[in-house]
Amino acid sequence: MASAADVPAMRFGRETAWSLGVAAAIMVVFLIAAPFVLYPVFLEKALCFALFACAFNLLIGYVGLLSFGHALYFGWASYLAAYAAKSWGLPPELAILIGTATAAVLGVIAGGLAIRRQGIYFAMITLALAQMMYLVALRVKLTGGEDGIQAVPRGRLFGVFDLNAEMTMYVFVLVVVLAGFFLIFRVINSPFGEVLKAIRENEQRAISLGYNTDRYKLIAFVLSATLAGLAGSVKALVFQLASLTDVHWTMSGEVILMTLVGGLGTIFGPVVGAFVIIAMENYLAPFGQWVLVIQGAIFVICVLIFRRGVVGELANWLGVKL
Amino acid sequence: MFEIFGIPSQALFGQLLLGLINGSFYALLSLGLAVIFGMLNIINFTHGAQYMMGAFTAYLLLQYWGINYWAALVIVPIAIGATGIIIERFLLRRLHQLDPLYGLLLTFGLALVIEGLFRNYYGASGQPYNVPESLQGGHNLGFMFLPNYRAWVIVFSLVVCFCTWFAIERTRLGSYLRAATENPTLVRAFGINVSRMVTLTYGFGVGLAALAGVMAAPIYNVSPQMGSDLIIVVFAVVVIGGMGSIMGAIVTGFALGIVEGLTKVFFPEASNTVIFAIMVVVLLVRPAGLFGRSA
Repeated sequence: MASAADVPAMRFGRETAWSLGVAAAIMVVFLIAAPFVLYPVFLEKALCFALFACAFNLLIGYVGLLSFGHALYFGWASYLAAYAAKSWGLPPELAILIGTATAAVLGVIAGGLAIRRQGIYFAMITLALAQMMYLVALRVKLTGGEDGIQAVPRGRLFGVFDLNAEMTMYVFVLVVVLAGFFLIFRVINSPFGEVLKAIRENEQRAISLGYNTDRYKLIAFVLSATLAGLAGSVKALVFQLASLTDVHWTMSGEVILMTLVGGLGTIFGPVVGAFVIIAMENYLAPFGQWVLVIQGAIFVICVLIFRRGVVGELANWLGVKL
Repeated sequence: MFEIFGIPSQALFGQLLLGLINGSFYALLSLGLAVIFGMLNIINFTHGAQYMMGAFTAYLLLQYWGINYWAALVIVPIAIGATGIIIERFLLRRLHQLDPLYGLLLTFGLALVIEGLFRNYYGASGQPYNVPESLQGGHNLGFMFLPNYRAWVIVFSLVVCFCTWFAIERTRLGSYLRAATENPTLVRAFGINVSRMVTLTYGFGVGLAALAGVMAAPIYNVSPQMGSDLIIVVFAVVVIGGMGSIMGAIVTGFALGIVEGLTKVFFPEASNTVIFAIMVVVLLVRPAGLFGRSA
């Protein structure tokens, strides 16, 4: 998504840094206050998807790579975390570690293959690889097939904090997600992140400047997959469930939708997008298949007239970076 | 009755036939994708949904108006192609100046809308569509039983593929099309209405998908999700073949169908992942695709 008109200017001078601070403060305050007003489980779900969307946005927004198969990392991490917690009886921190590591390994393999082609092919390859692993999930014993892995124990974090208490779980999810969020923030504002943006704007030029762009793209891909896996692993503990829904292509579509609604290439966009889409799904749940239609319609509307997304529009309107 | 590699010939050729059938659909769909990609530079994610619409429209025509298969074979591609023209004219055209990934996202959204609507009204279960009377029954070839309808699907899709190839590679209209793919500005300067050509190309590609849908209706159950799983396989086919050549799309489609059929005989558990596995190998060995020109 390289055209300059669609992505808010990426200049990151001192004069705009305050807007990020203010936005971050608002976000943190909201997230601390929210569980006293809204259902913690709803918030935990939205937070997991927020991290998932941020991880996805790292690729599309800052490297210009559209992965159409991010459910692969989210879903398989979720499976492995659930399996580790349930069948091996591992504590939650180790289960999450195993899930996240799974996603990292899958990211190395799938990313290594996908970056061999550019643009539209990249999207198709990631989608096809994810579909392949979906079909594998359908077959192998570990995933429990149609039933998924149910009744995953949440366990005691570090042997101390009982995650069955909803507020403890919320705090844990919040800490993990914020840590992931700030890691992504640090990455895109590091020299490494500047090279990623250079690749997004003009890969040939980045190559001619001596950067091994394939290596940068692969590292970004693996990082994105790993964080998507972290989100999936935490999600498995929150819902105590890992299922086929999480590896299906509709999940890959959903995370794209969240990022698109919130604003591609904005720092806070994916978080806002995740909350908007999860809230919408909550309210629309009784309408069954209409959810699909509405999601599709939002896609169409966003692409046609709302390409900056909620946060992108807001940033543009305020003339700041968000 | 005889055996090959310990497999009864009946089973072997039966699966080979099924592979060829699947290959026909892969070829028709990847051909449509390639034609659309050539002109519009986007990947039409709605392709699977349009294939499904083709099958459904044939089913509805028969159900409510008693319009038979043969008439549907003509009416449906034109009708669904017309909806494609509307989509191009009013939606896709607005994305001309943007990154092609937006086209992918837009058509993905459309696919969700279409699939969701059909699921709302017809549920997830499949509807049967009878094989037309004139093609019922089959022939015993000695080594296998060949149902007439399946033979027809293979022959007819070969004919359609050949005609498309001929029209694009060997006719004057096709030469305009290829020229406009290479350099639209120059072709416009020669007084050719490139925008209209783009619109008609999209309509044609969509019509091909709908035609495949009509042909598929008597073989598979007509169901709202019949397109979405298929289109992902077709994407893999397209990655393997590369979209640079029309003939490449056709050959890859049929070849992969056959490979899939053979896998079903020898390693049944790998049959639905084999095309993806081949894609991985091709990416490792020949990243540009078998018929692709490296970008």
